[in-house]
Amino acid sequence: MLTKELSEDQLLAEFDLKIASDIKIEPRDWMPEEYRNQLIRQISQHAHSEIIGMQPEGNWLNRAPSLRSKKILMAKIQDEAGHGLYLYSAAETLGISREQMIAALHAGKAKYASVFNYPSLNWADMGAIGWLVDGAAITNQVSLQRTSYGPYARAMVRICKEESFHQRQGYEIMWRMMQGTEDQKRMAQDALNRWWYPALMMFGPHDADSAHSSKSMKWKIKRESNDHLRAKFVNKSIPQAELLGLKVPDVKLIDEASGIYEHTAINWEEFWTVVNGNGPCNKQRIEHHIKAHEDGEWVRKTAIAADLKHHTN
Amino acid sequence: MNKEDNQGQLWEVFLQTKPGMAFKHVGSVHAFDKELAVQNARDLYTRRGEGTGLWVVSSEEIVAVTINEAEYFFEPIDKKIYRHPTFYNLPEGVKNM
Ligand SMILES: [Fe+2]
Ligand SMILES: [Fe+2]
Repeated sequence: MLTKELSEDQLLAEFDLKIASDIKIEPRDWMPEEYRNQLIRQISQHAHSEIIGMQPEGNWLNRAPSLRSKKILMAKIQDEAGHGLYLYSAAETLGISREQMIAALHAGKAKYASVFNYPSLNWADMGAIGWLVDGAAITNQVSLQRTSYGPYARAMVRICKEESFHQRQGYEIMWRMMQGTEDQKRMAQDALNRWWYPALMMFGPHDADSAHSSKSMKWKIKRESNDHLRAKFVNKSIPQAELLGLKVPDVKLIDEASGIYEHTAINWEEFWTVVNGNGPCNKQRIEHHIKAHEDGEWVRKTAIAADLKHHTN
Repeated sequence: MNKEDNQGQLWEVFLQTKPGMAFKHVGSVHAFDKELAVQNARDLYTRRGEGTGLWVVSSEEIVAVTINEAEYFFEPIDKKIYRHPTFYNLPEGVKNM
């Protein structure tokens, strides 16, 4: 309604200037198609991760060891559903519909975090997931609060605020187990061993091998590189593990004076296997999502019918 | 439009005061159409350059829950204190959490 008539080149120059001066891009602003598509790809992938991520934890809801832990786990899973919805809404401001995003997920065209394709085998996994998987997600999301797209940045601020209890509840589970029997201690260590590498993989491929990274960094969709964020996470987690009497697998101290650790090589073959749909639970996760979506079909149909009736009356 | 109604309808005004900030409700204006509504809102609410972005929404389109309904409408959060990070017992000295 109020836009000046500008050529494509001028629009691009204005856009670049905004990015350079850290001015957020808003839905009605002009943006390059590739920026829009990159955002849709990343935000929808992020949304799908929140939603699919409910499954490994949902697996333990009705086997939680106490009413207290059941209520906490339920509240945490509810939050993840909320995060998925904030993010779908943010993506929708870019002109894609919820239905399109879900169809892409079901068709295997849209990805979600590979970590959620691992099974949750016992209660200690609820501890390890909250502490490490949410811990890694938080490291990433804190950085994304400064992303260049306004609605995404604002969703991140809200999500980060809510995440703070997620990691603490997981860490509390681990601490309790470490105060328990020898078997419980062994379970806690085993859960850490199994979730450590999948959590490290959440940051994505090495910077040198990351297909989308350079454009994302240039446009400030991503603010810190995969490897940088991963290193941050490693160095936050190691003292947390030590405090509980747990040992993070295969890390080495690379700088004694400043106490900086480095993780050892990640199995990237495994990463790509899981990303490409052949992890331990990929099939199960998507099938479950499709089933839940199909089971809800009658609700959508009824709502649409009621809406039509309402408008024709 | 009747004789008394010579002001146009009411519009709610939302201002973004800095780039990247969420749009915040600041008040309302009268106008006969969308275009006049944004112009009136600009003249009335951004005389000191308070805005980097502005939305107007027809007041009729706002669906509201008021304080009178709040008690039964919103979830009783005092029963769900475990949604807050302070609820958890963590070992002394834990950092970055
Ligand atoms: Fe989340
Ligand atoms: Fe979370």
